[in-house]
Formats: sequence, structure tokens, C-alpha cells
Amino acid sequence: MNAPITSPALTAKDFKSDYKPVWCPGCGDYSVLTAVTKALAMLELRPENVAVVSGIGCSSRIPAYTTCYGFHGVHGRSLPAGTGLKVARPDLTVLVASGDGDGYSIGGNHFLHACRRNVDLTYIVMDNHVYGMTKGQPSPTTEPDWSSKLAPGGTGVREFHPLVIALASGANFIARAFSGDPNGVAALIVEAVRHPGFSFVEVLSPCVTFRPEQRGWKESARPAPVAYTDDPARAARRLMTDDGFNIGVLYKGRRAPFAGLPAAPTHSLADLEGGFRL
Amino acid sequence: MSKPAKKASGEEAYADFMSRAYTMELEAIERYAQFADALDTHNNPEVAGLFRKLSAIESLHAKRILAEMRWPSLPALPAAYAWESVEGPETAPFDAVHYLMQPYHALEIALRCEQQARKYYEDIAAGSAPKRVKAAAKEMAAEEASHVALIQDWMKKVPQPAPGWDEDPDPPRMNE
Ligand SMILES: Cc1ncc(C[n+]2csc(CCOP(=O)(O)OP(=O)(O)O)c2C)c(N)n1
Ligand code: SF4
Repeated sequence: MNAPITSPALTAKDFKSDYKPVWCPGCGDYSVLTAVTKALAMLELRPENVAVVSGIGCSSRIPAYTTCYGFHGVHGRSLPAGTGLKVARPDLTVLVASGDGDGYSIGGNHFLHACRRNVDLTYIVMDNHVYGMTKGQPSPTTEPDWSSKLAPGGTGVREFHPLVIALASGANFIARAFSGDPNGVAALIVEAVRHPGFSFVEVLSPCVTFRPEQRGWKESARPAPVAYTDDPARAARRLMTDDGFNIGVLYKGRRAPFAGLPAAPTHSLADLEGGFRL
Repeated sequence: MSKPAKKASGEEAYADFMSRAYTMELEAIERYAQFADALDTHNNPEVAGLFRKLSAIESLHAKRILAEMRWPSLPALPAAYAWESVEGPETAPFDAVHYLMQPYHALEIALRCEQQARKYYEDIAAGSAPKRVKAAAKEMAAEEASHVALIQDWMKKVPQPAPGWDEDPDPPRMNE
């Protein structure tokens, strides 16, 4: 190992905007931002060839903190916007970002169909098992017995298992990361972007304000004990039985990505208007 | 996983060791810079400045490693290493920061990081790595030890936080 260090054309810094994040100090999302910018540098991309699309939530602020094209959209609608963009501009690398509220609650239906469509984009969900931005309501991944002022005694409703749902719905790449290890998150994002089709990276990203106990994830997160599989049946068994803290690529499928529209989409306004002519 | 491979040749093991050392510095630089940005946003310029200074100090070390190895100049991307815990030995824990923290707290964090780095290098120096790696690790352990002493001195010059330093009757975010 003579030259273990590479010097890419652009560095992570080139992908970071001048806006300083307004997240709470210690929020896991800082490290996700670091990881995204590192991954883009490792992929030797340029900001003008990348679009970061998000919904609404603390986590969804991420596009503004990058120098890439960004779209901070509507709550729960990051995937429709990102999917549309990728289909219209297949030349762009599209990263879609959500929180567990944005992506699994109001955006849950879009999640299923984005996995099914298998458009070649990377979906990063910063999962903190809570709605951070709106001050601590339980989300679909919140444990049923998590008691808070807003849900005394807990919701009593079993949590959603995003990775299993992604697999069942057709996602072509499934990984879990922990934001405490930004280099690890970056490496997984690189793999996700390189893998064709819909790549899903669930990042455990602690909300230190409303879920301070998530600081303990540091002790729970560990590398997955076995290498990823390309067999959906085996992946299903593994994902159904894992405790939510196995980190790494867990599934790499072989489905062909969405092949694009049958005819090249028109960008001419006159042509588009033509369709509405009486 | 965080220690250099024992079977590699002396040269390879040395390059690997230095690459890890560089990555360790880079991770520390990034984390301190992240803390500085967070505290700027949360109107704590004094501690933000201190973290920025700590980040700059670590950059000097990183640059020294690059120069020593004649690797490409900064900025460069390190190989991603798995450490024994999720964070590198010299990296401040991601959740160690608080919007009301005081300079003393920042120095406490830095002290812990330097102590961990010193132990990391001491362990390698005392282990079974090739001679050249052990010698370099010994040197680095001594350097980290001098940083520990510097930070301890620095801590004597800043006031210790009074009890209740983190109490805020109107916190920026609370569960309503
Ligand atoms: C249509 C609509 N419904 C509800 C909201 C309020 N709202 C904003 S963010 C959010 C939840 C955010 O939670 P999550 O996606 O988990 O992100 P986090 O803040 O935890 O990162 C909600 C319900 C909204 N902005 N728009
Ligand atoms: S409320 Fe939670 S998710 Fe939002 S910025 Fe603060 S720590 Fe992060």
C-alpha cells in the first residue's frame, strides 16, 4: 500500500455551501451532510451534475447546505420530485433526502412506488424515530412504548420496518448506516450511487434534542455480521430478524433500472402546449 | 481493525500507519469544524472560535504527515478506516457539544481526544508492528503527550463552569 491517499479533482469542501446548518448542536444530520459531500467527491462528480432533492423536516434542509442543484420541496414529496427529475434529466446524479416522518409517514406511499419503479437514484433517509422539526411527535419508526409529553405512555402502535418494506417493494440496493461514522456513511452512499436502480440508504441519525437516548446508538451500531446478498428471499429473512443496528450493505439486487420514457421528453413549451390545443 | 496489518512489509506497514494517522487527524479536523459551525449558528462565538482553533491545530498535524510522506498536498481524501469504536481515537464524540457550553468544556473534549490518541499510539509502539512503525508510533505518542500537557495548562487559564451552566428557562427547542 504505497499511496493509500488519492487526490480527487474536487474535495468534500467543494460540495459544501456557505450556509451554516441550523440543526441543534450534536444532531446526527451534520455527519450525514459531511458524508454526502465526501461521497460526491469520492465519486468524482461536479456540483452542477448533481441534484439533491428533499421534502420538509430538519433532515430535509440538507440541499441548501450543498453546492449542488437543490430542491427543498413539499413535505413527503421528495421522491416524486426526485423521480421526475431523474426521468427528465437522466444525466444528473439524483440524491433524494428525507426524514422518517417525511419519507415513511406522509411520503410512505411514494416510498413504495419509488422502490417499485426502480428509477436510478439514491434515497437517503435520516431516521431518528421522531418528527424533529415539529418538536417531537412519534413517527412511523418510533417504538410503540416511547413515552413523551405528546404521546404519554407511547403510541402502542408497532413500528414500520423500512428496509423490509423497501425489499418487498422492489428496491435494488438496501443499506443501513449510522451517522456517528461519517466515513462509513460516505462509503455506503458511494456504493448506492454506483449501483443501478433505486438505492435506499437508511441512516440512523440521532435527534439529540427530542430523543437524547439515541446517543446510545453508538454502542449498538455494528458492522453487519455477513456480507450482502443478492437473493431477495435470503435478504428478507435477514432483514426481518435483524435488530435494526446491523450496518452496511444488506442487499444488492439485479433488477434492471427503469429504462426511461419511450420517446425523448420534449422540453419545448410550444410542443407541450400543443397537447392541450382544442 | 484500527491497527496496522502485522504481515505487511515494513514499508507497506509504515505507509498504512501514516495513512491511518492522517485519517485520524482529518476526522478530528472535520468534527471540530462542525462544532464551530454549530456554535456560530447558536450564537456562542467564543466556543466556536476555540473549536476553530483546535481544528486549525489538527490541520497542522495533518499537513506534517502529508509532507513527511510526500503525499499530494491538502486537500486529499483519506481511505476510510474502521476504528475500534465508531469514531477515530482523536475525534470528539458527535454529541459532545451543547449550545451553552463554555471554553472549559471544549478543552475537556480536546483533552479526552488527545489522551485517546496518545493511548492509540502507545499501544502500537508497545505491540508487534514492524520496527519503523513502532518508532513512528512512539514519536507520535510523545507528540500527543505534549498536547495533553498543553491542553491541561490551557484549562488552568479558563474559568470552570458554574453548576447549572446548561440551564435555560427558554430553550430554543423543547417538547411542548
Ligand atoms: C403537508 C404538511 N404536513 C405537515 C407538515 C409539518 N411537518 C413539518 S416537518 C414534519 C415532520 C418532520 O419529521 P421528519 O421527516 O422525521 O424529519 P426530522 O425533522 O426529524 O429530520 C411535519 C409533520 C408540513 N410541513 N407539511
Ligand atoms: S430537533 Fe432533532 S433532528 Fe432537528 S436539528 Fe435538532 S437534533 Fe436534529
